[in-house]
Amino acid sequence: MRQLKKDVRFADRFFLACVRFLALAVIVLLLGMGFFLWDASGTALKSISFFTFLTTSAWDPVRDVYGALPVVYGTLISSFLSLFIAFPLSVGVALFLNELAPPFLAKVLGFLVEMLAAIPSVVYGLWGVFVLVPWLRTEVQPLLIQKLGFLPMFQGPAYGVGMMAAGCVLSLMVLPTISSVSREVFRAIPENQREAALALGATRWEMMKLALLRSSRSGLFAAFMLGLGRALGETMAVTMVIGNRAQIVSSLLAPAQTMASVIANEYAEATSDVHLSALALVGLLLFGITFVTNAVARLFIWRLK
Amino acid sequence: MTSLRRQIGDFTRLRYRRRKALSGWMTFCLTVSACAAAGGLLGVFGYVVWKAVPHFSVSFFTGLPQPVGEPGGGMLNALLGSLFMVALGTGIGVPWGMAAGVYLSEYGRGRLAVWVRFAADMLSSVPSIVTGLFIYVLIVRPMHRFSGFAGALALSVILIPIVARNTEELLKLVPQHIREAGLALGIPRWRVILSIVLRGSRGGLTTGIILGVARISGETAPLLFTALNNRLLSLKWDQPMASLPVQIYTYAISPFEDWNVQAWVGAFVLVLFVFLLNTVTRWVMK
Repeated sequence: MRQLKKDVRFADRFFLACVRFLALAVIVLLLGMGFFLWDASGTALKSISFFTFLTTSAWDPVRDVYGALPVVYGTLISSFLSLFIAFPLSVGVALFLNELAPPFLAKVLGFLVEMLAAIPSVVYGLWGVFVLVPWLRTEVQPLLIQKLGFLPMFQGPAYGVGMMAAGCVLSLMVLPTISSVSREVFRAIPENQREAALALGATRWEMMKLALLRSSRSGLFAAFMLGLGRALGETMAVTMVIGNRAQIVSSLLAPAQTMASVIANEYAEATSDVHLSALALVGLLLFGITFVTNAVARLFIWRLK
Repeated sequence: MTSLRRQIGDFTRLRYRRRKALSGWMTFCLTVSACAAAGGLLGVFGYVVWKAVPHFSVSFFTGLPQPVGEPGGGMLNALLGSLFMVALGTGIGVPWGMAAGVYLSEYGRGRLAVWVRFAADMLSSVPSIVTGLFIYVLIVRPMHRFSGFAGALALSVILIPIVARNTEELLKLVPQHIREAGLALGIPRWRVILSIVLRGSRGGLTTGIILGVARISGETAPLLFTALNNRLLSLKWDQPMASLPVQIYTYAISPFEDWNVQAWVGAFVLVLFVFLLNTVTRWVMK
């Protein structure tokens, strides 16, 4: 009997040790990711300080000169451009599905929007290359240049590929993320808030504004940050449509390069050690930026719960 | 007096009409945005179907890539490579993720659990290209070669946090008294967890795993410089291996018409596979 008890206790301990080990390994994985990227970027950091790396704008593998400013710029602008399009749209989708649509329609449309998240990024890229880019080049961008060409955003020739194409594809990709988080935020607001607003004589839109949008500001901020986190790190679709030229130009029509796309484009072909390690440093930077963005978003979400 | 009242009445009526009009306009905008989002999906999916179906043939599943200029051929190597890497990635990622999830839900009350949870959340939002970079530095560089094994590992790193958080959420739904009942019968705790708690929620667990598998089977970025690509049919674990997403990418950015067509067919197969996994599991598990 005592032997049995001992065995049971041993088995229990063993089981706990196993699952705890694997749980700890998840933390180790995350730390290891940071460490190995840092380790791999050592060669680059020997020849250039992190600050210069971050603030110089020449990215030229041929001369072995690496400045990350253009790719950081490309990442930030393309991401914010996508959120500029996708955020209002996603909140609109969330409001419509939660508050306006009849249950059946909400189910069908909600499913379709969720499926947007399931499409692999390379398929978005393919679609972008063969549908979106030609359309932008022949229809949208000439019109923009003609009508709004005085703005620095819409100057230069219409390439099709470039910042604008990347922003458009990205906005489709972050839309399901933002709208599903927003839907949950709205769902958490008690029904009597809505009723109270309506009872005060608010119209339907005023009800949404008063009862929903105002009280869910921090939740919507978290949704925004999660969408941003996704847009910042998105690789394949962006790589395929952004034109891949590391430059800082104010025009949204011009080709650009993001942190993720420069890694995807150059890593497999990089030959010099400095180039490889500069790309690893870009990876580390991207890791850091998305980490902070998502940490902020999680913090807000955890506080909501 | 009466005229003043009428004026006020007119004013409020006018205001009311304006508010009503704004409300109607906003309702319209919201409807349009929802239709636009759903239309985006239908647009992308519909275009893929429209481009792919005329060229869809059995040889896509049985043939190997043809050299430029020779039409036809297929992606057998990429399909098998994807199958291999997704299977191996699932084999590594699911037990690991489930163990972490079990720890979080069954033992996770301390500070360690908070950190594990945080790490899992952060890991799931690491850009997939960074995961690829990590595996390159960890596996490919020391081994001095690209390999299917490295690709599978990269996929498993993506799968682990998904499975871990899903397992945790599901096991937390299992009422406490069920565990107590098991323990009261004298069953050791590890058996209670494995044969009662996990077994009871296997439907949800399967759904979560299948959705995770659907996610990793579409990943391209982490395979670009871990598994690389292979024009030949190879299932050696320590050699470069083709995969469907990478093949689609290579063909999509190539200037050759035949290859572009193959990319569309590949995309069609991939999207169909992912959609099927998504819809069938949802439908079955309901």
